[in-house]
Amino acid sequence: MDPSRSGAGGDSWLSPSPRLLTMRRVEIAVATIVVALAVLVPVTSAAGVIPLIVYPALAIAGVIGEFIAGRRYRSWGYCERSRDLLVRRGVLMKRLTVVPYGRMQLVDVTAGAAERVFGLATIKLHTAASTTDARIPGLRPDEATRLRDQLAALGEAQAAGV
Amino acid sequence: MRIGRAFLGLLALLAAQKVSTSRSSGSSGQGDVVDLVIVGVVLVLALISWYVTTWRVDGDTLQVASGLIRRNTVRVPLARVQAVDLVEPLLARILGLAEVRVRTAGGSGGDARLQYLKLEHAHSVRASLLAMAHGLPDSTPPPPERSLFRISNRRLVVSMALTGAAVGSLLPLAAVLSLLAAGVVTPAAIGLAGGTLLLDIFAVVSRMVRRVAEEWGFETAEAPDGLRIRSGFASRVAETIPYGRVQAVRMLEPLLWRPFGWCRLELHLAGAVHRGHDQPRSAIRRALLPVGSRAEAEWLIGRILPDHQVTLTPPPKRALVRAPFSYHFLAAGRNRSCAVSVSGRVRKLTEWVPLGKVQSIRYVQGPIERALDLASVQLDVAGRRTSVRWWHRAAPEADELIAALPAECQAARDHDSDLSRQATARVAAARLSGSPPSSPPQPTPAPLPELHPRVSRYPPTA
Repeated sequence: MDPSRSGAGGDSWLSPSPRLLTMRRVEIAVATIVVALAVLVPVTSAAGVIPLIVYPALAIAGVIGEFIAGRRYRSWGYCERSRDLLVRRGVLMKRLTVVPYGRMQLVDVTAGAAERVFGLATIKLHTAASTTDARIPGLRPDEATRLRDQLAALGEAQAAGV
Repeated sequence: MRIGRAFLGLLALLAAQKVSTSRSSGSSGQGDVVDLVIVGVVLVLALISWYVTTWRVDGDTLQVASGLIRRNTVRVPLARVQAVDLVEPLLARILGLAEVRVRTAGGSGGDARLQYLKLEHAHSVRASLLAMAHGLPDSTPPPPERSLFRISNRRLVVSMALTGAAVGSLLPLAAVLSLLAAGVVTPAAIGLAGGTLLLDIFAVVSRMVRRVAEEWGFETAEAPDGLRIRSGFASRVAETIPYGRVQAVRMLEPLLWRPFGWCRLELHLAGAVHRGHDQPRSAIRRALLPVGSRAEAEWLIGRILPDHQVTLTPPPKRALVRAPFSYHFLAAGRNRSCAVSVSGRVRKLTEWVPLGKVQSIRYVQGPIERALDLASVQLDVAGRRTSVRWWHRAAPEADELIAALPAECQAARDHDSDLSRQATARVAAARLSGSPPSSPPQPTPAPLPELHPRVSRYPPTA
């Protein structure tokens, strides 16, 4: 029903590297462990039912987090068409952004701390509109470079005046 | 004239100081001398900066050099000139001077400013720069203007007082005053709250005053290269807006204006690229019609967007569940050349975006929308906050929009590039051959609409 799944007539959707999923899972696991350690002292010193509730709740939250991370990773996709780039993301709030090559003003390749550890990079596209929110995280370095060069060349070739 | 503003501020400060010291016993002669020296130094600095600014036209480029210690040269290729404006800041206006501001399309470095020339000289410089930019001989007179509207200042002030901000800040004041008068609350009890209230009112009033001063004596005229707008109370600005630079047109109809049938038109224009070079282009908002009737607004929109008649459709009924408060005021539609959307309950906002100016297209579907089989589509335009939105449409309609819009916008963009390429080629050919460029067939200008009798209109120029 929604175009982000149909692929809009034979377009091929690429997705970020699976290492992104690993990175997100590790992030959630680390967060859960940190929270567990933080509440360790108050919980064990509390009486009654509380220890029996808090830790299972934390475990369930961790599992749900992993599940959501998997869903979110699978929802990321990008598709290079002849005159524009499609980027889709989101599970609850599905989004699809179409950016024509001629409107791309800036292609940013950045890598945060966690991404650097896993050897990934994020590409961000900027147009003259500040509300354009096209970005693709978790790309392998060679794919990021290829995409960036491709977008820069196409943007140059099809540049439209403002 | 940044120095001019500082100069006036300094004078005011010194005058205030003079008044206070003369009231106390025995003014000191030394203090007076120091004050005069300061004033003299500022004057000399202003004169130096004016003297050192030079400019000349070198073949195809305009070069403006300014600064004594650090020389700053701006080179503007004449072919890239989009508009040549005249700006008269207050101090310059008193002295009979004006600044010529050359606006360029694209490129870095912003505008080139020629400060300050005698008024008649500024006019002739503007005319010759325009002629050279269009590949015409130097002595061609400036393009003829057809005066359109002039906003009566009384209407401007009344409309400003009827905005939500004004009313919203005056109501608490009225409430407090009435409470005081009724003796319910003592002045001491108001205390701090009264102070913040006054500050708030002061902020609102000063913003209103600034806006009225900017839009005082607003005159609109039409020229072949764009719309000419003149406005300003202290500083007078005469600005040209080329048609091709308009990114979006907004019409605002606040609730309090509706009994009068007034509306406000604003244009979103492409701004200059910031000097930082890695910032995307910004957008500027310019009032085209600070307050006017619907007929006048429709006419102006027709000049900027020739094909702006669009049938608007509302969202499906089930969108009421998702947006119960705004449902009744939402509508959107498009045709081959532009897209329109309407929204807003208290302040009705209609936005037109030419399809050729669309920067990106977005499809969004939230969880509630998915449950109701709805989705929203947005067209983004240069700058912040401006977009045309189809809110909460039926999912098949949204799918059809997101599938068809990229191609339509591309077609509109290609059409615009063709037009501008043709225009550039015409100018280049004219330069080579030395004869004036042939202009495309101009459509006969539409007759002016019926104006409210209170709005004065100049006799149309030849």
